[in-house]
Amino acid sequence: MNRQSAVRVGLVYPDVLGTYGDRGNAVVLVQRCRRRGIPAELVELPAGAPLPDSLDIYLFGGGEDSSQVVAARAMAASASPVDRARAGGAVVLAVCAGFQLIGTSYETGDGKILDGLGLVDMATVGASPRLIGEVLVEPDVATGLPTVTGFENHAGRTTLGPGVRPLGRVVKGGGNGVDGADGVLADRLVGTYLHGPVLPRNPALADYLLAMVLGREALEPLDDRLIESLRRERIDAVTTTGWRARLHELHLNRS
Amino acid sequence: MSTRKRLAVAAGRGAGWASRVTGRGAGKQISGRVMLRLQPDLLATVATDDAVTLISATNGKTTTTRFLAAALEAAGRPVVTNSTGANLAAGIAATLAPPHPPSDAILEVDERVLPLVVDPLDVGLLVLANLSRDQLDRYGEVHMLAEQWREVAETHPDLRIVANASDPHVAWAAAPARTTWVKLGPGWRGDAATCPACSRLLVWDDDGSYRCECGFATPAAHHHLDGDILVTGDSRTKLELSIPGRWNVLNAAMAVVAATELGVDAGLAARAAGAVSTVSGRYATYHLADGRPAQVLLAKNPAGWSEVLAWLEGNDHGVVLAVNAHVADGRDTSWLWDAPFERLAGRRVAASGERARDLAVRLDYGGVDCVVEPDPVAAAALVGGDAVDMVASYTQFTALTRRLS
Repeated sequence: MNRQSAVRVGLVYPDVLGTYGDRGNAVVLVQRCRRRGIPAELVELPAGAPLPDSLDIYLFGGGEDSSQVVAARAMAASASPVDRARAGGAVVLAVCAGFQLIGTSYETGDGKILDGLGLVDMATVGASPRLIGEVLVEPDVATGLPTVTGFENHAGRTTLGPGVRPLGRVVKGGGNGVDGADGVLADRLVGTYLHGPVLPRNPALADYLLAMVLGREALEPLDDRLIESLRRERIDAVTTTGWRARLHELHLNRS
Repeated sequence: MSTRKRLAVAAGRGAGWASRVTGRGAGKQISGRVMLRLQPDLLATVATDDAVTLISATNGKTTTTRFLAAALEAAGRPVVTNSTGANLAAGIAATLAPPHPPSDAILEVDERVLPLVVDPLDVGLLVLANLSRDQLDRYGEVHMLAEQWREVAETHPDLRIVANASDPHVAWAAAPARTTWVKLGPGWRGDAATCPACSRLLVWDDDGSYRCECGFATPAAHHHLDGDILVTGDSRTKLELSIPGRWNVLNAAMAVVAATELGVDAGLAARAAGAVSTVSGRYATYHLADGRPAQVLLAKNPAGWSEVLAWLEGNDHGVVLAVNAHVADGRDTSWLWDAPFERLAGRRVAASGERARDLAVRLDYGGVDCVVEPDPVAAAALVGGDAVDMVASYTQFTALTRRLS
């Protein structure tokens, strides 16, 4: 299928849902289209207005608690346009606070319950301790994706509804914080606690979303050698074998 | 001085000396830790004869402190100050402990530590400049810090504060005290989308003022910046600095207003700030092995990097960016995507530091070509240019200035 129009990458409420470099995900999606000669544009959706149904990709990012309240209030009427867009071929990527917001409800640390967008049957409660650090996730095999690497910093504990699948199994880190899983995987929708710029470190996940939008099985490969070296570095840094290798190296340097 | 206090101070200074001679650190933090361990209420006893001014902010603490100390020294007043940036309780204890005549204690303090030291130090003046995202993995959210600061103002309504009216978090935090407002104008807005008082969306004007439906708005300022001029009623004080960067003009404005609050003439304070040429290793010009001059700048968070990247646009030097992710840098490199590295497109740039690869991927997607070399000194040799500007995260900065000195 050849699209005539540009891929419209929508950054949802970047002024309130952009605490952790969330713009990075939009930049990566736009650039990976352009590098393949596919026109793409970044559309910023300022906080306060309901979301339109005209975008190809909806990116929900992270935010502080107070911003999350504003975002939840502002997008209350937006579930149906986003669902309409998904039915028409759009995809959703929701990270961190944005991931919590696409569920049915979110209970903050002080007991306030916010209504989510309800795109997915899942509920989140705030708890301590905060889950902070590097994360590795082995994605659901159905996605065909390699290990997902990233960083998390959140207090959420997210329980998925019956039959709702997580994005994958947590190998390192906290993820959803309840059952060794992270995120959510639904029809044309991916959610994860790996906050902010999860796509720069995981180009396969970026291409997975783009392939869905473009209606293709696979996309032309790009030169990702630099990113591959970064992925190896981060995965090594948090796995036991990585520690062993480094200790070994230290030992060799000393002897 | 009690025997116990003397013992605590002596043991602490011994530890600081050991830290310096073994090259492990500047010695302030470790010596203060030993002192506080041996006498926990030391802070309350060390500052009894000093008039204490505290300076806090996410960015600019060390430089503003240096400017203010220079102003008081120029006025002939004895000053004690933590000029090496040792800004936790331990560093402050170590700064104040050595015997000295009653002085103006001009102390920078970490944003989180501020609420803990106001009472023990019997603070006379607080200088609060800005709050923005910084190391969210350990500092927590900006709003939480603002709330802790506000509690200080609420519980000390007679405390004198010099505060930046243009930062909504600072304005909200300082409002309950006896505050002198300085309007510094537009700046980093990435963390100020919502009202600190009620969480609604703030409305921003082009001149950097803000307001909210709930009534919260930019406070009426006693002083404001007009370019490089600090305006106070009819009087205008030019801020002509030896160190670069628009952000330092803002730091100087805060310092000069604080100096006037402490009884120093504004013109004298501005001249003293203008004569400051290096701040704890920052802005000093070093020489590379190939003879080219290199300036080393510290940038710790998106607001700081934005300022530095804007400043880099003004020249055609080679650029080395060096980023680590130790605890002191913030272990999370997500912030790389909040800073406008796109501004470096077309420049000779090296991605360096332990997290050179994260940085290189960021630059690549931002349309900036770069070489990847984890060692910043080796990287400097690769970037060309008649001079090199090196911008480093905290632990890279301290290591780099030590190597180049």
